Amino acid sequence: MSELVSAWVEKIRHAAGSATPLRIEGGGSKRFLGRTVDADVLDVAGNTGIVSYEPTELVVTVRGGTPLAELEGVLAGQNQFLAFEPPHFGPRATVAGCIAAGLSGPRRATVGAVRDFVLGVKIIDGRGEIMSFGGQVMKNVAGYDVSRLVAGSLGTLGIILEVSLKVLPRPFAERTIRFSCSESEAIRRLNEWGGQPLPLSASAWADDTLTLRLSGAWAAVDAACVRLGGEAVDADVAAAFWVGLREQQSGFFNADDSLPLCRLAVPSVAPPLALGGEQLIEWGGAQRWLRTDAPLERIRTRAAELGGHATLFRGGDRSGDVFTPLDTAVLAIHRRMKAAFDPAGIFNPGRLYQGI
Amino acid sequence: MKVDEETTLGERDADFSAVDKARVVEALARVLPAGALMYEAEDLHPYECDGLAAYRALPLVVALPTTEAQVVAVLKACSALGVPVVARGAGTGLSGGALPHTQGVLLSLARFNRILDLDPHARTAVVQPGVRNLAISEAAAAHGLYYAPDPSSQIACSIGGNVAENAGGVHCLKYGLTVHNLMRVRAVTIDGDVVEFGNHALDAPGYDLLALMTGSEGMLAVVTEVTVRLTPKPQLAQCVLAAFDDVIRAGDAVAAIIAAGIIPAGLEMMDQAATAAVEQFVHAGYPLDAKAILLCESDGTPEEVAEEIARVRAVLEQSGATEIRVSRDEAERMRFWAGRKAAFPAAGRISPDYYCMDGTIPRKRLGEMLTAIQDMETRYALRCINVFHAGDGNLHPLILFDANQEGELHRAEAFGAEILELSVTLGGTITGEHGVGIEKINQMCSQFTRPELHQFFRVKAAFDAAGLLNPGKAIPTLNRCAEYGRMHVKDGHLPYPDLPRF
Ligand SMILES: Cc1cc2nc3c(=O)[nH]c(=O)nc-3n(C[C@H](O)[C@H](O)[C@H](O)COP(=O)(O)OP(=O)(O)OC[C@H]3O[C@@H](n4cnc5c(N)ncnc54)[C@H](O)[C@@H]3O)c2cc1C
Repeated sequence: MSELVSAWVEKIRHAAGSATPLRIEGGGSKRFLGRTVDADVLDVAGNTGIVSYEPTELVVTVRGGTPLAELEGVLAGQNQFLAFEPPHFGPRATVAGCIAAGLSGPRRATVGAVRDFVLGVKIIDGRGEIMSFGGQVMKNVAGYDVSRLVAGSLGTLGIILEVSLKVLPRPFAERTIRFSCSESEAIRRLNEWGGQPLPLSASAWADDTLTLRLSGAWAAVDAACVRLGGEAVDADVAAAFWVGLREQQSGFFNADDSLPLCRLAVPSVAPPLALGGEQLIEWGGAQRWLRTDAPLERIRTRAAELGGHATLFRGGDRSGDVFTPLDTAVLAIHRRMKAAFDPAGIFNPGRLYQGI
Repeated sequence: MKVDEETTLGERDADFSAVDKARVVEALARVLPAGALMYEAEDLHPYECDGLAAYRALPLVVALPTTEAQVVAVLKACSALGVPVVARGAGTGLSGGALPHTQGVLLSLARFNRILDLDPHARTAVVQPGVRNLAISEAAAAHGLYYAPDPSSQIACSIGGNVAENAGGVHCLKYGLTVHNLMRVRAVTIDGDVVEFGNHALDAPGYDLLALMTGSEGMLAVVTEVTVRLTPKPQLAQCVLAAFDDVIRAGDAVAAIIAAGIIPAGLEMMDQAATAAVEQFVHAGYPLDAKAILLCESDGTPEEVAEEIARVRAVLEQSGATEIRVSRDEAERMRFWAGRKAAFPAAGRISPDYYCMDGTIPRKRLGEMLTAIQDMETRYALRCINVFHAGDGNLHPLILFDANQEGELHRAEAFGAEILELSVTLGGTITGEHGVGIEKINQMCSQFTRPELHQFFRVKAAFDAAGLLNPGKAIPTLNRCAEYGRMHVKDGHLPYPDLPRF
């Protein structure tokens, strides 16, 4: 155990003993996510470095505080990448923050989410105990899948010391094409294409423009471009477009930010939301970003009606229910799960839900 | 008691000897229709084991509900009476997960066998847990879709059992395991609460309990409905069969394929003993003089497949393959796979009994593992044939034995235990896809530390505080580990440092 980590263990034991809450922070790039936590910061950015990387095993094990950009650079050196394309939301983004936030980028709908690539974690729980779950191999069903549970838990279950991730080779070819079409037409087409063996890797619709990315073998990408038609987008412009989308820095996301930004996760086939405001649709129709003055309650009701849920992603009241409230029995399991990892309730208390 | 030594209720070795059969029968008869409750010995026998037939036990009663309301009622009754409940799908599990509890209820989900909804546009299927894995793909075929995870047992195993074990198949390197292809699970807790994890969107609020449920071996809740994601069928699939005169070279070829940036749809390996065994049985046309063969599948559009096969062929040639065959048509491709898929039955043909292992190791350690297994064959005086999901390092050594020969079962178990412990030592895991169940419970003591095992019990208690769902499976009590006499061997510490291994 490094000196740094033993100091954290001490600090956690002390905090648990005195029921002093801690706000766990890596690079601080995703501080805006979730509910506000009023507590002293435990800075976990210092625990850095790649523990092991075996390109032919498709696995990398990395310490939590390692900058995400650094990890991506190392992978790129072997022509590999994090296929879930995580947003950084700032140059200081750390790997543990990326896992804890559980946010996936444009490729989500076709390759999977953060949790799909998590193979194992080493954490410190709220008792100051260091534990490892999962491992460095692709297939592992020994014990409950705690590593995937930790992904997206927003630091409420433990401090991520290390994570093992499945990595993938970069696709040989990539092309971006553009169509002009309405919202409902875009949703219809995206689902139709989604049901065909096409090498789709990302989609975005806004301002009556549907942008599509195709990735894979050259032959497959070229054949798909011929079949789908549309207008080809220059490679550099396309690359900047997808990064801008992932980082929420361009177009739609730059516009009027006086209104809160809502994220609706709905079945990909869900019809247009009809909630007014401005919208950007990703993930083949399954992720819809919305800026509207409609009340959160109405947005939530609509999302539920469509079979999904709505999150107050940026802005708005960060002390209320930022995430869609859970059903009673599921909430009770959440409370017990939180207590199982963090009995004194010291890790980011209330970040996810009140008391969790 | 120190904080870290605090135990949860389900963690103690439970004693259910006070359970009274007559009261259980009476309580369940009240909530189940006629024909859905069995308690005479002859009716219980078909349920005495799963696919791991070496372990057998008769349950007190078998419940065969047909509705979720009945499942709720059964679980509430069992909870009130403190009776253990073991859920069962098709009973093809290979780790004794569905082994009945002698003082408990065996809850069969076999009658939950309907596909409730199949939406080709949304590419989802809502199915009951007793639906067979293959039945989903069959129903989806008309729409050019299929359910990707394809365990070799797919004609028989149920989707509920697949969820409980996080089942994999030969195509999971590219298309993922069960956990990657599930959208939503509906389940009933031991308290009788109906809960849903996940939904028809791509994520759900709160903790990822859908992932946690996957692979939880019937320990957390009883699954009553599942939504799976369907995948567009590739236009074409082609399989390359490559022969090698050395097992290690075949292993290196696997790494070379991945290093070339290729993720094949399937990448399997069989050793010479395995090809010989299946060849007698299915006549797949495998080269019998090869020390190992690889099956490497490519799928996609015809252009894509041609491009990938050319790449694979180049890598295999460079890796020293002695023969390379590319399937010329669908019939030949199916023949290539038929041998691999028949490996388990073939083992059953050439030996009265076989014991299937399921460790996963980093691919680069394959050679070490194979050498060690050869040595174990001599030491335990038993034969072992090897089939591997090579692409993801998941090994299925099949240890051949005859249970009627004095001591052979015992030797086979010791042989298996040594393979599993070596898997952990080599940086892997004791089970890739078959689950811990009752079979690998002792080896869990080798893979995990005390605090980790404690934590598993706390996770279970968050769902099932009284420890009534599948007690005694999946996670060993600390007492059990103490008896087994082995604690974890992490950080390179071997359990028997003085024994020569390779
Ligand atoms: C010849 C053969 C080949 C096989 N090949 C593969 C393979 O390629 N890949 C692979 O992964 N596995 C394979 N298996 C193992 C087995 O088929 C899988 O583990 C399968 O998922 C078990 O499904 P089942 O319906 O038979 O479950 P069962 O054996 O009935 O039960 C398995 C576990 O699931 C629990 N369970 C079942 N239903 C429910 C439910 N509704 N709710 C909660 N818990 C439940 C049980 O309690 C038990 O713990 C193979 C088995 C055989 C015999």
